[in-house]
Amino acid sequence: MGPHLTIEPNDRSVGGAASAVGKGVEMTSVLLGEGAQSSEGPADPLADFEGAIAADERIEPRDWMPDDYRKTLVRQMAQHAHSEIIGMQPEANWITRAPSLRRKAILMAKVQDEAGHGLYLYSAAETLGTSREELLDKLHSGRQKYSSIFNYPTLTWADVGAIGWLVDGAAITNQVPLCRCSYGPYARAMIRVCKEESFHQRQGFELLLALSRGTEAQHAMAQDAVDRWWWPSLMMFGPPDDESAHSARSMAWKIKRHSNDELRQRFVDICVPQAEALGLTLPDPDLRWNEERGHWDFGPIDWEEFRQVLQGNGPCNEERIGRRRQAHEDGAWVRDAAAAYAAKRGTGRPAAQAVAQEQPRAQAQTQDQHDGETAVSPR
Amino acid sequence: MTRSQDTPAGGGAATRAEAALDSPLLPLADDALVLSHRLGEWAGHAPVLEEELALANIALDLLGQARVLYSQLGDEDELAFLREERSFRNCQLVEQPNGDFACTMVRQLFFSACQELLFGQLAELGDPLASKAVKEAEYHRDHAEHWTIRLGDGTEESHARTQRAVDGLWRYTGELFEPLPGPAPVGAVDWAALRAGWTERVTRVLTSATLTVPDSPQSGAWAAGAGRQGLHTEPFGRMLAEMQHLHRSHPGASW
Ligand SMILES: [Fe+2]
Ligand SMILES: [Fe+2]
Repeated sequence: MGPHLTIEPNDRSVGGAASAVGKGVEMTSVLLGEGAQSSEGPADPLADFEGAIAADERIEPRDWMPDDYRKTLVRQMAQHAHSEIIGMQPEANWITRAPSLRRKAILMAKVQDEAGHGLYLYSAAETLGTSREELLDKLHSGRQKYSSIFNYPTLTWADVGAIGWLVDGAAITNQVPLCRCSYGPYARAMIRVCKEESFHQRQGFELLLALSRGTEAQHAMAQDAVDRWWWPSLMMFGPPDDESAHSARSMAWKIKRHSNDELRQRFVDICVPQAEALGLTLPDPDLRWNEERGHWDFGPIDWEEFRQVLQGNGPCNEERIGRRRQAHEDGAWVRDAAAAYAAKRGTGRPAAQAVAQEQPRAQAQTQDQHDGETAVSPR
Repeated sequence: MTRSQDTPAGGGAATRAEAALDSPLLPLADDALVLSHRLGEWAGHAPVLEEELALANIALDLLGQARVLYSQLGDEDELAFLREERSFRNCQLVEQPNGDFACTMVRQLFFSACQELLFGQLAELGDPLASKAVKEAEYHRDHAEHWTIRLGDGTEESHARTQRAVDGLWRYTGELFEPLPGPAPVGAVDWAALRAGWTERVTRVLTSATLTVPDSPQSGAWAAGAGRQGLHTEPFGRMLAEMQHLHRSHPGASW
């Protein structure tokens, strides 16, 4: 999934693993009852946890945390990871038809990035004791969800641009604040992810710009894609604040930093001038600048459509999950073979790790692709 | 778009296009493009997430190689999107459908083992581009080699699938060593040495994978070198149709 705008380079979460571990050790020793230092009697883990949240400190894997905090995080990280890998499908749909070699390279690199995001996020979820295997199983059996946006089809080449610009753009708006999420591994994963999502957003914008300034047919293709992707993108921020089930608690725990409606407004405000720069219109007759609020007003969102897609009645729900399951089932013999081979060699690593050797190179290369290919910035 | 060496050149563009068709770089570029495209078809279907990254890496390397080579011959998009099937010079091995993961890895092993040796020779002959590409080919070969060994020596099922892939693709390997006539450095390649090096390497990998090296011929009834002459297998036409359709639907448009 991709989102993005700019990320805050000075974010404190870049502190790195060393400092994170240091803090974990410190807190653990408190929890182990070396509370003699404290004049207030036995350590209260909940108070420590709440103190850390209040002080804007990071919670690390070894720190004590309330069960609900852990569950909320696992659910959110899993859903995010699933969205990354399901999100590969609508765009992969165009890799074999990309209309120029340059676009083909950019698109392949992008879809590869999304796989990488999935990997980071599954790893972050593993720090809370939930294996990738387990999470994939929940995805495949429908017990965990992924972002509904990916249940819409990519019908033309311009959809690749619209996804980059709007879907990655909305995801960035959502995810930049997550770089300051209270859970350390998640926050750190988001920093890496957001950097790449911002490339995707710019590339999508640039793709649409080329179409918009191209032939009449190309321009029409771009407008049609924006018409279809605009409203679903606004739904990516989730239900309105007064109907959002988990929002308040997530905000209190600093897993979430801004409300759904706040982020949605931020996104609209960013997109309106960008659409103008693209020479394309947004399909909302109610869109107008509100001097008093200092924001763009926009029309009502069709929440019934949102609920329908969420419940599985979107245009591609079955196809997306079906293809994911199929890929997993088709790959079972490969994972079994890797595990069997590793067992024979006495390394005993599970299949996923037995094949995990390629990652560092993959990421390095992706960066090269980005550096070489990003031409135009939306802002 | 046929190749007509007897016809005097018409316009400048035609001359250039025809010169491109005769260049020994074109088969190398087409090999890279076509295999990259096939690997791109895996996106979203790989058996593990790590392989999504690895297959995309290899595909991106190959696409990069193709683009560098095409740019020496003319316009990359014209060469990729506006030629007909009979003008493509890639070997038949790279156009073979992905099949299962064993098939894809064995195809990669056969191809990259050759490409590594070929680019190695070109680098020694002083081709500056080959020295970067040889490192890529080495990584691709290494990746495919590891998987071939794991799958061959994994479970009974993976062994059977991998042997089937080796047997099925074997007849496309002879074409890899058909000399590509033309100016140096490609014209100066020692193809016999390349074949010997390839055979030695592939035999070693298949053996340590507990697989059997086929004793069947390395080319089919259509003589080896068919792909180099623009004679392809049926799935290739459909692959091109998909790849070229959008570009051709908007003549003259830029993307
Ligand atoms: Fe992503
Ligand atoms: Fe993205």
